[in-house]
Parts: sequence; C-alpha cells; structure tokens
Amino acid sequence: MKLHEYQAKDIFGKSGIPIPNGQLVTAVDQATKATQIISGAPWVVKAQVHAGGRGKGGGVRVVHYPYEVATATEDLLGKPLVTKQTGPEGVIVNQVLIEEGVEIDREFYLSMVIDRSSAMPAMIFSQAGGMEIEEVASKTPELILKEYIDPAVGWMPHQARNLIYGIKPPLSLGPVKTLMSIMANLYRVFTTLDCSLVEINPLAITKEGKVIALDAKMSVDPNALFRQKELLHFDDPREKDPLELMAEKYSLNYIRLDGNVGAMVNGAGLAMATMDVIKMAGAEPANFLDVGGGASESMITKGVEIILKDRRVKAILVNIFGGILRCDVLARGVVAAAKKGMIRLPLIVRLKGTNVEEGREILRNSDLQFFVAKDLAEAAELVAKQVS
Amino acid sequence: MSILVDENSRVVVQGITGREGTFHTKLMIEYGTVVAAGVTPGKGGKKVEDVPVFNTLKDAVDKEGVNVSCIFVPPPFAADAIIEAASAGLKVIVCITEGIPTLDMVKVASFLKDKDSVLIGPNCPGIISPGKTKVGIMPGPIHMQGGMAVISRSGTLTYEVVDQLTGVGLGQSTCIGIGGDPIIGTTFIDHLKWFKEDPETKGVVLIGEIGGTAEEEAAAYIRKEFNKPVIAFIAGQTAPPGRRMGHAGAIISGGQGRAEDKINALEAGGITVCMNLGNLGQTALEVMGKS
Repeated sequence: MKLHEYQAKDIFGKSGIPIPNGQLVTAVDQATKATQIISGAPWVVKAQVHAGGRGKGGGVRVVHYPYEVATATEDLLGKPLVTKQTGPEGVIVNQVLIEEGVEIDREFYLSMVIDRSSAMPAMIFSQAGGMEIEEVASKTPELILKEYIDPAVGWMPHQARNLIYGIKPPLSLGPVKTLMSIMANLYRVFTTLDCSLVEINPLAITKEGKVIALDAKMSVDPNALFRQKELLHFDDPREKDPLELMAEKYSLNYIRLDGNVGAMVNGAGLAMATMDVIKMAGAEPANFLDVGGGASESMITKGVEIILKDRRVKAILVNIFGGILRCDVLARGVVAAAKKGMIRLPLIVRLKGTNVEEGREILRNSDLQFFVAKDLAEAAELVAKQVS
Repeated sequence: MSILVDENSRVVVQGITGREGTFHTKLMIEYGTVVAAGVTPGKGGKKVEDVPVFNTLKDAVDKEGVNVSCIFVPPPFAADAIIEAASAGLKVIVCITEGIPTLDMVKVASFLKDKDSVLIGPNCPGIISPGKTKVGIMPGPIHMQGGMAVISRSGTLTYEVVDQLTGVGLGQSTCIGIGGDPIIGTTFIDHLKWFKEDPETKGVVLIGEIGGTAEEEAAAYIRKEFNKPVIAFIAGQTAPPGRRMGHAGAIISGGQGRAEDKINALEAGGITVCMNLGNLGQTALEVMGKS
C-alpha cells in the first residue's frame, strides 16, 4: 500500500525525522490562507499523487508570492498530472501540499528497503541526492553506500557512521549527529510500521546547517496490514484504476494493461505466462487476472464482467489449470456471465485438470459461442485469428 | 533417488484442522504420502482423516517420529510455525501459506541461517517426488516418475509445465515450488546443488518470473558448477514495471527484475530458454534427446 508524501511526512514528523512546515489543501482559498501560516517566500506547491516523476511532470512548483501559491494550486487541483509513471492520460490531482521553501546547501539520498538476496533490510545512503537513484546506481555505483541490518540486533550506531563518514566532502559534527538520529528513527519507522520502502530524496542540509526531509515516499507491506490497522485510513482509492478497485472488492487479482485480449487465469505465474503467450501470438494482453485457487462461480462471473468493462477488449482467453479450482465451477461461472448477456465477444477456452470433462460438457450444453483449445499453443493461435 | 523427500518421509501437517489443512491431508494420503501427525494448538487428542493431532510440534516429533513438515497455518502465525518446526529439528519444512509479512520472513531467514532445516516456500505448492511422496497441494495425477527435476517460483504454471513434460514422456525425479514471495527459505541455487548430486536427475526445468535477481544468480551458478542440461522459462515478459503481478515477489522495481535481463543472463550461461510456454514440453524433449 502506497502512502502520499504528506502522509509519510506526518509519520516522519511524529518520529523524529525533521520535515518542513507544510499544510495540505484541497481548495484554492485554503491555499491563500496557508501562506499566512507557513513562513515564506519561497513556498513549494506539490501535487499529492502516488506516481513518481512529479517534478519533471510539472507537479512541483516553487513560487515567491502568495498569489502564485493560489495560482499554482488552482493549476494543479482537479486536473490530470502526467508523469512518466502515469501513462498519457495522467492522474487527477485531488490534494496539494504547500510547504515553506528552504535554502539548500547539500542534498542526499536516504532509504530503507528489503534486500531480497540477503533476506535482510538494508539502509541506502548516497551523496547524489535529488537524482533518480536507479540512474546513480548505473552511472556512479561507488556513490551508493549500503548497510545490511541483522534483525536480531537491529540498527547499530556504527552502521550510521559507516554511511555518514563514507561521503565526501565530510560533514561537520552538527549534521553528523542529526543524521545519526534520523537513520535510527528511519529504521524504527520501517520496522514498526511494516514498510516495504521508505525513501527520502532529497534529504537536505540547509544553509543554516539543518537536516530536513524535503520529500518522502513510503510503501507498507500489504501482507502486514492485519497488524497495521491504524495505517488503513491512509489508503486512497482515488489513486487506483476503477476496474482494479472493483476486482479488489471481489478478491480478484486484476491489473489493467493496454492490449485487446482479455485473459482469465488461475495462478499468478500462469496468468503472466498466458499474457506472454498472447503477445507471442501477435496480439496484446488487455489485463492480468488471477482468479486464485479458491474462486467461486460468482467470482468467475465477476471476473468476466470486469474484463468486459474494458471497451478495448476484442476477445477473451480463459486458461485454467484446474487444481483446487475445478473446471466445472469455472464453466458455470462463465455460462452465468453469458446468460446475463455480457459476453458478445469471441471466447477462447482452454481447460485442463480437475473435472475438465464436466467443465467442457457445461460449456457445450450452453448456447454460448466459444472456441475450445486443446492446449496453450492452439489457444494462442485461436486468439491471434480472432483479433487480427 | 529424489531430493529432500521420499517414501521414508514422515509428514506432520501444521494447521491440520483448518479447511485447507484437512482437504490436502486427505489428498496427500490418497497419493501415498505418510502423514503421521497433525498439529493444531488446542486440538490435541483429536483425529483428522485418522491422523492423530497434537498441541505442539514437539509432541508430534516425540510420539510419531515425524521428519518433514507441511504448513497451512494462517499468515499471522506462520512464521512462528516455521520456527517451531526448525526448533523441533525437522529436516524439511514446506510452508504453503501465502501472505506472510515480509519482516516476519526476515526473522525466519535469520533464525534458519545456522540450522540444518531446509525451508521450502512460503507461498508455494510444495514438493513432490513422483511415485514416492507429495508434500503440498499440487495435483498428483499429472506427475510421472522419471529423470527431470522441476524448480519453480509458481504454482499452476508448474502444473502446466509438469503436465507437458509427462505428455512428452519425460517423467520427474522431484518437483519443487520454491515460492512467490520476496524472501523464501531456499532458492534455485540451493536446489540445483542437491539435484547435481542426485543420480536419478538427468536434467532440470527452471521456471522463473519477474522480480528480484534469483534467476541471474542461478544462471551464474549453472555456468560455473552445474553439469546437467537446464531448460528455463521466465514468466512476465509483458508485465509492466512497478506493479505486483499477483505474487508478492513478482515486481519489477528500481530497474531490477525484468524478464529480458533474466533471459539474457540464462542464455549467456548456455541455458536453453523456452520463449513460448506452449512449446516447453517439446523443447525439453529436444534438449534431453541431444544430451
């Protein structure tokens, strides 16, 4: 689950990680009032969307007069913001964060992630702040410093020193002390809130020598939400695709893509591989949909409904390897969707595994128009033929 | 021969009284697996499918001499179940549970570092040595005893591959689902090392997917140390970056984990990569025919 910048900063502020003074606004008149409370000029007006690349997409404005704060807010609110992560249609900006501007002396990058290969959390620190870390990693990997954390002992002060004394030119004692406490606090936030990512980029030292988190990115492990209930209110459904939101409600794992062949599959790996097969056959997948192992008839019907809500879909491929999910249950769900009058597109079905004969029988006895493929290779050919 | 589990495995099912636990206990017994005990705290003394249930794993070890565990415990309690099994000295622990918090797995991985227990999963279908035993949830009848090993990060995708292998007459020595989570007990390399020493295993099918760098690491190992033919498949060539494709670990992030990079690394290691899942059985037959 992704948090907005202002939500993450709220957590930082309460956890001993210094942040600029700021206020969240959802209307232009609030923006004008905010300039009376927050010291400036300058002010920074920041669109609050989950997508990255806001700066380059025009979602972050530095302004010098109160009326400019209002204009910038008006410019952003309620309008789509296009960044390299959003796709051409962009995402609607519903909230704007107004902050005091600071005079930056130096910029750093600080984050915590789970390192998969070592199975440990890692803290990453770099003097190349304010840039994309992937770019730093590929061009100047020596500027990225990393400390792995043994969960049995936690974050140790010497690890902070390893990171901080690893940068050039060295810092004076004041910022060193603040950075050490920020790192310890960052580790505490990461572990107590079950984060999968916390990133501060840039972490700035101001001209007055203060260390301050100018940006904040935070994701929480969705598997840990059962014990992080107080974070649930940070979830912002407006940031999600409406079809994905609908799928979530029915415990279906659906991700919308750009193609024209809808796919319904059981199992995440097989669903990905089925998307790839569609592409190999010369078509483009319209979605990822894993109905899971324990899908019921009504979930299958819902799945078909969600696929069809995407108007770009020209054909549907159902690929089921029956195990716990039986082929007859799948077939009943598809037939029920057809009876509701939902399916008017070519349907290619490939069934295998548990109760496959019953499943085929149910499809055959319906008045549904469909193509049965004996294996995946044939299914792909049929799909390609239908959309070409 | 097979690796890790065989007809001598005495299995304990942790979480045996739950819906999934009971259902799969029945299927495992039908396949021929020796399910010697079950554990559910508070349900000790009961029986499920004629299998005695204990309150603690320690009791199950003492009374029934179990040596392999299969875990169906719900996510909030699964890390404890794994550590309980390792503490009781079980040699092989298979964790089926999906949805364990990653930081719980960080602790588990750290605890297991100096233990002899082998953890398979979590978030996996389990392990099967066809004709001998199955510890997990895979459909038994699609398997056939033979010389192919299968190592996979996925569930149904593995069944698809096994079905194709059986279809072209290539039986399997042992098939393992290593799990779809970011942190798993054993990786491709761990299992490759065991398959290298297994005389029954003539070749390996490695099924990877987007996310992480486990396939790249496996490719480097195979190039240097592995002496049997390997056929690989990578799912997710069409997956968009930044999105979690069902499995918690299947995500392209920070420029890492792309299918393309994995395929390149595998091919550079001299491994045959099957690009189209529909042809996997045929590809394996060609590669094994040549060797």
